[in-house]
Amino acid sequence: MIEMEMDKPSMESPLVPRESRWHGFWRLFRRNKLSFLGLVIFILFFFTAVAGLVLTSGSNPFFDPAMVRLEEKLRPPLSAPRESLSSQAVPRLGLYLLGTDELGRDVFARMMQGAWVSLTVGFVAVGIAVLVGILLGGVSGYYGQNAVTADHLITAALIIIGMGLLAAKAMTSGVLLLIIGGLSSIFFQGWKKRRADAGWTKILWIRTISIDTLIMRFVDIMLCFPSFFLILTVVALLPASIYNIMIIIGLTSWMGTTRFVRAEFLSLREQDFVTAAHALGVSSGRIIFRHMIPNAIAPVLVSATIGIASAILTEAGLSFLGLGVPPPHATWGNILSDGKNYIFDAPWLTFIPGIAILIVVLSFNLFGEGLRDAMNPRLRERS
Amino acid sequence: MLSFIARSGVQKIITLFFVSVISFLVIHLAPGEPSQVNPLNPKFTPEMVERFRKQFHLDQPLHIQYGYFYRDLFTGKTVSWKDHEPVLKKVWDRFKNSFWLFLVGTVLTWTLAFPIGIRSAIFRGGPYDRGVTFLSYFLISIPGFFFAYILIILVVNAFHVPVIGMETFGLGRIPWYRDLMDRTWHLLLPSLLGATGGIAVLSRYVRSQMLEVENQDYVRTARAKGVPEEQVHYKHALRNALLPFVTMFGLILPGLIGGSVIIESIFSWPGMGRMAYEAILARDYPIVLTENFIAAVLVLIGTFVSDVLYMVVDPRIRL
Repeated sequence: MIEMEMDKPSMESPLVPRESRWHGFWRLFRRNKLSFLGLVIFILFFFTAVAGLVLTSGSNPFFDPAMVRLEEKLRPPLSAPRESLSSQAVPRLGLYLLGTDELGRDVFARMMQGAWVSLTVGFVAVGIAVLVGILLGGVSGYYGQNAVTADHLITAALIIIGMGLLAAKAMTSGVLLLIIGGLSSIFFQGWKKRRADAGWTKILWIRTISIDTLIMRFVDIMLCFPSFFLILTVVALLPASIYNIMIIIGLTSWMGTTRFVRAEFLSLREQDFVTAAHALGVSSGRIIFRHMIPNAIAPVLVSATIGIASAILTEAGLSFLGLGVPPPHATWGNILSDGKNYIFDAPWLTFIPGIAILIVVLSFNLFGEGLRDAMNPRLRERS
Repeated sequence: MLSFIARSGVQKIITLFFVSVISFLVIHLAPGEPSQVNPLNPKFTPEMVERFRKQFHLDQPLHIQYGYFYRDLFTGKTVSWKDHEPVLKKVWDRFKNSFWLFLVGTVLTWTLAFPIGIRSAIFRGGPYDRGVTFLSYFLISIPGFFFAYILIILVVNAFHVPVIGMETFGLGRIPWYRDLMDRTWHLLLPSLLGATGGIAVLSRYVRSQMLEVENQDYVRTARAKGVPEEQVHYKHALRNALLPFVTMFGLILPGLIGGSVIIESIFSWPGMGRMAYEAILARDYPIVLTENFIAAVLVLIGTFVSDVLYMVVDPRIRL
């Protein structure tokens, strides 16, 4: 109801800023030529990757990244296929736009296939990291003062031990403990309401540590692992697959976002508009999602853009070490890794994927930096 | 001060305990077992596997394995599963190799980043500043392994010096100065590569700190008094801009172990990162866990040192 009133044309008074927030942001952003270039490259890359997915997948792809032509190996870029090649094996474009590799596969088709991997790894990994970061940071910032009580600990211990037993293949006892854990939490809730101050049960409501401390100590613990090393360990131990890599990169890079969101929430919850919303009886969930997250999202977006760049680099590094997406699926990292053995005979196998990774990562970094500058209120006021 | 040290010490030990538990669980709950690494090897009969499991307590429940492992680690008795050599000795050997890379890389980073950043702050918006800004984005974005190959090609073609490994193999008896040159050439490229990212990031940070300080009132006052420009920059501005960097000294410690995996593998440098990588592939858990533990200790010591340094240099901070 309040919003409906706000939307009425009565707001057309001199108080309305001359340009909307979005317009001001766009004007500032466009002034920075490098980051504008970054955005353009990013859009181009996006469409290339989608086209790559469409054109290289299926049983009879338009560009076949897996077709082996042994007589055509290590042809330089822009060379035409030999006459002797069977008509099926001739590449679609009539020439090898980016050359061929040591098995005579078309590097152009492989690059197209790899673009999609880079794009999805970047976005899914950062998506996971941002989700976890907002969730933990939000809980820590908003509900941080609430304490974990002893009954929570009992429930958590039961559930964790149950899951541990399940992982250790002790099905019955594991499931049993999980059920007991679930029931105990309901039971404690009810009990707390009825007789909170009765005798010995006080032990159960002892305040141990605050939720904020708990989450922030967990962040500290996660920061103790050298991240590339941890990713390497987990990727090497789990079966090789693109999804595992995305999830692991995501689950090892949420700590920065958590700290950002927590700090933003801590300052936002003291502000007048949140107090006003409380006074109006708006529910906590609505305050968090409608009022606080939109105000806290700007720095998260910036760090997410730069996070995509580093996730792409990490995936390329893993592929380079031979732990990435399993062959024959092409990624930019493993094209480069295979090509390094021919670096003097066929330098294009190293340079094409290397430069492609460089350009994409650079565009994300420049774009992120431009976002940061355009969102910086001090810069906005000055112009 | 003392109470801060005590409190933070206790906190760090608790953190370390959880790190050790998590890393242990991550490694042991992953599918596959080290005793089954090579089922095709004819030497791996079921009896062998059984003996192997017994010897390294793999037949025990996890929490007992955890106890055994960390007891052995603290008494220095952990042995590698592959060659039965003491892990701490192996780590120490590799550490000596990594240390040189780390030292030269760090010195390069800190000596180059400051002049670059300060100059770009003084000539803000000029061609130098814009050039350096773009160059640092370029260096942050380039994949390390790709950059390594470009540099290898350049150096090998231009100077005809070998760069792979720690020293040229089979040189025999040569005078010490040639040995020194040879080692320096081998050291130069990997440490430079390790430093590039650091130089790019740190010089950006120096630049923004300098800009922040140059806008302060006391800098304007100094200018108004007629202090020469040089003195304004280096005496009034720089000294105050340096404050946050003192604390960063603590945070470079973890670089000793992480981040060097790819560079060390490309250059066949027998350092800690490469040992960890090989150990992960071979499922040699004691080495992986030991290195992880050392890395966590380094991170914690690093944050501790930076907290203490912050207190020392900035009297306003009371922790």
